[in-house]
Amino acid sequence: MLAKAKAGTTLDTFPKYLVLNAERFANRPAMRHKDLGIWQGWTWKQQLDQVRRFAIGLSLVGLKRGDKVAVVGSNRPRLYWSFAAIQSLGAVPVPVYADSVAEEMAYVLDHAEVRFAVVEDQEQVDKLLSIAEKVPSLREIVYDETRGLRDYDHTHLHAFEDVQDRGKSAMDASPEALALWQASVDQGSGTDLGVILYTSGTTGRPKGVMLSNDNLVKSALHGNAFDRLGPDEDIIAYLPLAWVGDHVFSYTQSYTAGFCVSCPESPETVTEDRREIAPTYFFAPPRVFEGLLTALMVRMEDAGRLKKKMFDHYLAHARKVGEKILNGEPVGLLDRFRYFLGEILVYGPLKNRMGMTRLRVAYTAGEAIGPELFRFYRSIGLNLKQLYGQTEACVYITAQPDGNIRADTVGVPSPGVEIRIADNGEVLYRSEGTFVGYYKNDEATRATKTPDGWVHTGDAGFIDAEGHLKIIDRAKDVGRLRTGGLFAPKYVENTLKFFPDIKEAVAFGDGRDFCAAFINIDLQSVGSWAERNNVSYASYQELANHPEVYRIVGTHVEAANRKLAAEPMMASSQIRRFLVLHKELDADDGELTRTQKVRRSFIAERYGELIEALYDGSTEKYVETEMTFEDGRKGRVRATVRIVDAPVFGVAATPVREAAE
Amino acid sequence: MNRHVDPRATLPDADGIAKGEVLLDVRNVSLRFGGVKAISDISFDIRKGEIRAIIGPNGAGKTSMLNVINGFYTPQEGSIVFRGKERQKIAPYEAAASGIARTFQNVALFKGMSTLDNIMAGRTLAMNRNFFWQLLYYGPALREEIANRRKVEEIIDFLEIQHIRKTPVGRLPYGLQKRVELGRALAAEPSLLLLDEPMAGMNLEEKEDMSRFILDVNAQFGTTIALIEHDMGVVMDISDRVVVLDYGRKIGDGTPDEVKSSQDVIDAYLGVSH
Repeated sequence: MLAKAKAGTTLDTFPKYLVLNAERFANRPAMRHKDLGIWQGWTWKQQLDQVRRFAIGLSLVGLKRGDKVAVVGSNRPRLYWSFAAIQSLGAVPVPVYADSVAEEMAYVLDHAEVRFAVVEDQEQVDKLLSIAEKVPSLREIVYDETRGLRDYDHTHLHAFEDVQDRGKSAMDASPEALALWQASVDQGSGTDLGVILYTSGTTGRPKGVMLSNDNLVKSALHGNAFDRLGPDEDIIAYLPLAWVGDHVFSYTQSYTAGFCVSCPESPETVTEDRREIAPTYFFAPPRVFEGLLTALMVRMEDAGRLKKKMFDHYLAHARKVGEKILNGEPVGLLDRFRYFLGEILVYGPLKNRMGMTRLRVAYTAGEAIGPELFRFYRSIGLNLKQLYGQTEACVYITAQPDGNIRADTVGVPSPGVEIRIADNGEVLYRSEGTFVGYYKNDEATRATKTPDGWVHTGDAGFIDAEGHLKIIDRAKDVGRLRTGGLFAPKYVENTLKFFPDIKEAVAFGDGRDFCAAFINIDLQSVGSWAERNNVSYASYQELANHPEVYRIVGTHVEAANRKLAAEPMMASSQIRRFLVLHKELDADDGELTRTQKVRRSFIAERYGELIEALYDGSTEKYVETEMTFEDGRKGRVRATVRIVDAPVFGVAATPVREAAE
Repeated sequence: MNRHVDPRATLPDADGIAKGEVLLDVRNVSLRFGGVKAISDISFDIRKGEIRAIIGPNGAGKTSMLNVINGFYTPQEGSIVFRGKERQKIAPYEAAASGIARTFQNVALFKGMSTLDNIMAGRTLAMNRNFFWQLLYYGPALREEIANRRKVEEIIDFLEIQHIRKTPVGRLPYGLQKRVELGRALAAEPSLLLLDEPMAGMNLEEKEDMSRFILDVNAQFGTTIALIEHDMGVVMDISDRVVVLDYGRKIGDGTPDEVKSSQDVIDAYLGVSH
């Protein structure tokens, strides 16, 4: 078969792949879109035709080689087609977040010097027109959805269909148009700029990451090979176009592997549409998995008693053996049979409900996923894996290979990626997907990418005994103990917070002899323990200071130290002394951010005396702290806080003791 | 896929009335309930393609006026000329058949039915096959069903309610129910659309959405719209001309700006010491 014969061919640009796919996968589906309640489909042949007409139309409107073209909107076939059409003319697509505010969009468009924009609908046209003054380079706007745009001035505004019609008439008029287009496609090369993706940038202005065709094609091919993605995959495109994840999964991998991309009817119908498509390959940030699970649990609350019982029973069983079965570990015959029953009665229907019945590979990335959440999906038999990536790397830095998956790591280096840990703990990588540079920002490029191609991720991490990368903190938050050992506060805190009794922890150690911590107990968890054990208490403060509570927290700290000791890089961060704080850390007092993150520097200032007490060897300390009550009144709490030593393990014990002498 | 064809081309607009000409003319209409005069001697016209607002304080006779237009009430005096045909008495279904559709102040949908079915119900008048054909199902009735479903899907797409296509409307929030009701009225492909307080009880965002839909319906389908509304901001923003009623009498008529500066209107709204 032709498809098989040419399946191994590799090319260097996506328009070339499009032409090849129209030949090798001719009548296989390339794109689907639910419209008017029905899935409409295009084969690769038809997709080529759509792209070609649009591209030729665009060139007639005046698009030139090297021009930048903004693409703004939700996941619609025509916007994906514009990527290929733009690239086929040697121009560069610049996908922009559709929901970004006018101000932000103006900055990006102006910075990228876009000459054209292909947008979804009136909303985006209005937005662009409102910022047109700030984007002097912008000449023409093409829109997909015609509604509401009829009466607009169409001198520089074009309907997608009209542009395509112009292309079509040119093609009908003379064969030259097609030959010219093909020549333009052939002219494209791997070293050409493929796309500019602006990183959302939590700090400062967004930066335009330039990715070459080589970057994109090669990392897509590596990704395809890693997960054995072929033309039979089905995916649903629902993440922002401007996000590198969507660009890679819904565009570059589709073109290189030849699989079909389905676009949902509207952003609100994604869940339903996903169920209908039942993707085999799926990618989502943790919040999507979280949302799915929450929706499921809410519905289960309304289910009948029998169903609820069955659900609880089989989920408990899945927690016990599900992951082992998925990982191919030995599991008893009876347990396997019970799991099989569960599959029929519970897991199967659940997966169907979530549109994951045919799922072969799923990735979560973007941020850390909660281990509980991760295990839930794996236990019901879904091959959910973690991936660590960046726009600058065309996504792939590390990924978890099938059958070697752990909740607390992000996997092994992806094929073709080299990883190095810098002295300060920062993760560096080098690969074929490594970006060319930041657009018009050499300073930032130099700061991020070394001359020999290593890229600073900004994240600190280490490689564990099995070769898995573990991300511990942002590199800038990682400090050093006076002994020279690495100190990653968030990692230590998370290890402590793993225990339900510990609600919040603040670790200190940067520039100190050893690591010490403030601990907040969880009033609910410890409160229920107190109730069960007839421990009476009047306030958080009283419970926190209870000797038994100190003992319990002590055992947790000890267990945490054992865990830390097992990681060579973290062993020196074991907690030597801790105290249970006399008041709960509170956003009202400025100790936490509104998103409940610890504000370490503020706490260090506010509780300076206590920190000193942690390090000067005293066993208790009297403090007075101002606090804000729920009704906004302020008061002072006075307490004598006790400071306790904790045992440490392994190699770490020696060097620190020396330093302490 | 040919959804990007001009939707106006698909409309059966055979009345031959050009945009801007009088589509509906209310001539000296009076309506009494026993001794209570709901409307006294009111005349105004609605021109094709415009958005015409009817405003006034509570009890001014706005809804009565709408009920007269769509034949629910028969006025004791005066007449109504619609598409050049004068009539004094007309049954609501005749009004509907002649191209007048409406929505209600209190949502009047089939609560247990899905959004899709509710809007489909609005296509009743477009279902021409008789009972026999419907029973047979295959053949002409099926073709008709498919054509109607397509029209309904276009409306669903237009109003951006795809995600609630299969949801029973009773479970929807109020703002969405209003939108479904608008969809059902649109399903009849009316040449005159009467909206009775389309934004009542909505929050700001829902109001903005609804305003946009009303403007889009007007622009895209060329539908003439008469609406009753309390929210002055909305009325002044979206309507071309405004009629002001007070105690069953007409006290103002003109563009939003003219009406706003009319002393009678100001008195009626703000009250005046006699």
